[in-house]
Amino acid sequence: MNEPIIQFDAVSKSFGSQRVLAGVDFVIPSGKTTVIAGASGQGKSVTLKLMLGLLRPDAGRILVKGQDVAQMGASGLNAMRMHFGVLFQGAALLDSLSVFDNVALPLEERTKLSRPEIRAKVLGMLDQLGLGGHENKFPAQLSGGMKKRVGLARALMLQPEIMLFDEPTTGLDPEKSMEIYQLFARTQQQFGYTSIIVSHDIPKIFNLADHVIIMDKGKISAFENPEAIQHSTDPDIREFVHTTMGNIYRSREME
Amino acid sequence: MLQQIERLGNNTIYYLQDLGRMGRFLLRSIGGIFQRPFRLQATIRQTQLIGANSFVVIFFTAAFTGMVLGLQGYYTLRKFGSEGALGSAVALSLIRELGPVLTALMVTGRAGSAMCAELGIMRNSEQLDALECMAVDPFRYLITPKLLATLISIPLLTLIFNVVGIFGGYVAGVKLLGVNPGAYFSGMAQSVINKDINLCIVKSFVFALLVVWICTGRGYFVHAIRGAGFGAEGVSRVTTQAVVLSSISILIWDYLLTAILL
Repeated sequence: MNEPIIQFDAVSKSFGSQRVLAGVDFVIPSGKTTVIAGASGQGKSVTLKLMLGLLRPDAGRILVKGQDVAQMGASGLNAMRMHFGVLFQGAALLDSLSVFDNVALPLEERTKLSRPEIRAKVLGMLDQLGLGGHENKFPAQLSGGMKKRVGLARALMLQPEIMLFDEPTTGLDPEKSMEIYQLFARTQQQFGYTSIIVSHDIPKIFNLADHVIIMDKGKISAFENPEAIQHSTDPDIREFVHTTMGNIYRSREME
Repeated sequence: MLQQIERLGNNTIYYLQDLGRMGRFLLRSIGGIFQRPFRLQATIRQTQLIGANSFVVIFFTAAFTGMVLGLQGYYTLRKFGSEGALGSAVALSLIRELGPVLTALMVTGRAGSAMCAELGIMRNSEQLDALECMAVDPFRYLITPKLLATLISIPLLTLIFNVVGIFGGYVAGVKLLGVNPGAYFSGMAQSVINKDINLCIVKSFVFALLVVWICTGRGYFVHAIRGAGFGAEGVSRVTTQAVVLSSISILIWDYLLTAILL
């Protein structure tokens, strides 16, 4: 396994009386694609927010490049977040800004580049992701797939070392989902980032993953490569994989 | 009995946490003023949205408030044969009380609710999280320009309210009811002193701070407010709550400031 870039060490998190994570341990290897899977409400998105320092753990350590996120102040968190790019479930584009301004935002706020340099970089990135000519549109004028691509463009502008994808294909049809996954694979090859994907999209996501973490009842029930997960003899993992696949097949039949 | 004590304890903890959260929110918003680079363009845009776009509402509210004061004042003062004091009655009522209070209430209804809803929607659609993930401080980027714009807009709108209101009183008292115009303005000039103007200025700044603090704070913390619910319903409830809370706070602080400064 490559050098770990993120490490969770006995991390617990509760909201009121509801325990979401109960002493979770795992490492995310650098340069690889790790998929975090699990049924709804098992703490997957909370895990991403903990990595970013948007939430603080109740106990345990979260190390990003060897530094404990829980101990960081505001300036430390800002510096740490420069290593991350995030694609949110609904893309989280600022709806009062155009596509161009959304993608330019990280460069305007975090770099000292001139306006012409920013313009060239943004238009170049939009072209690469198939969004050329859409720079003056607003998020409300875009389809779901286009919003995701704009979100990806914005996340990649600062060339992050780690990309987090939170349910990136939610709300997209199977064809668009495949396009998005192909885009991830292509951009990962180009930019060389470590990829962490929270997804229900089993088994499609297994084609992308180097490692799969399955979360169940606030704990890690498996951390394996996709082949091992698919052929696991553990009854809980078998049930999760088969139930998820069964749900997908059923929903496709209904469509 | 035990359940009631537990509920009381939980409520106390919740309200203390809420107060602490809002206190930190205010400090971070004010702190954003001193961070560089200064967001001049965003502040100007917000001043236009909060201030310039409220001009028409303020103008009509002020004009008719002044006219009603002129009308009511005339008939009350006539009983004592002192119609000549109409100018000072209208001016003092507007400058000391109605100008700052009604301006702040109108801005709360027109711009405060919009600020709250905007931030609530941004919170629900993860736009605020996205800003933090890009290492963009949402306070400096979003809240501080609104804070500065409100602190600029409400005092200026209060000034406009007072001037328009005084002319509204003039129209009703002098033009319609026949009060001597010289008496109207000279009475006003003699009775309004610096202390009244200062009270008006202090009130308008305090009310501006209350409006922007409560409205942006409620929207920003829409996810943490108990009983707000989720999604669009949550945003609408929190927006209503912000407007009600701002309005009540303005009236309470109006009394306190008058008692202290008059």
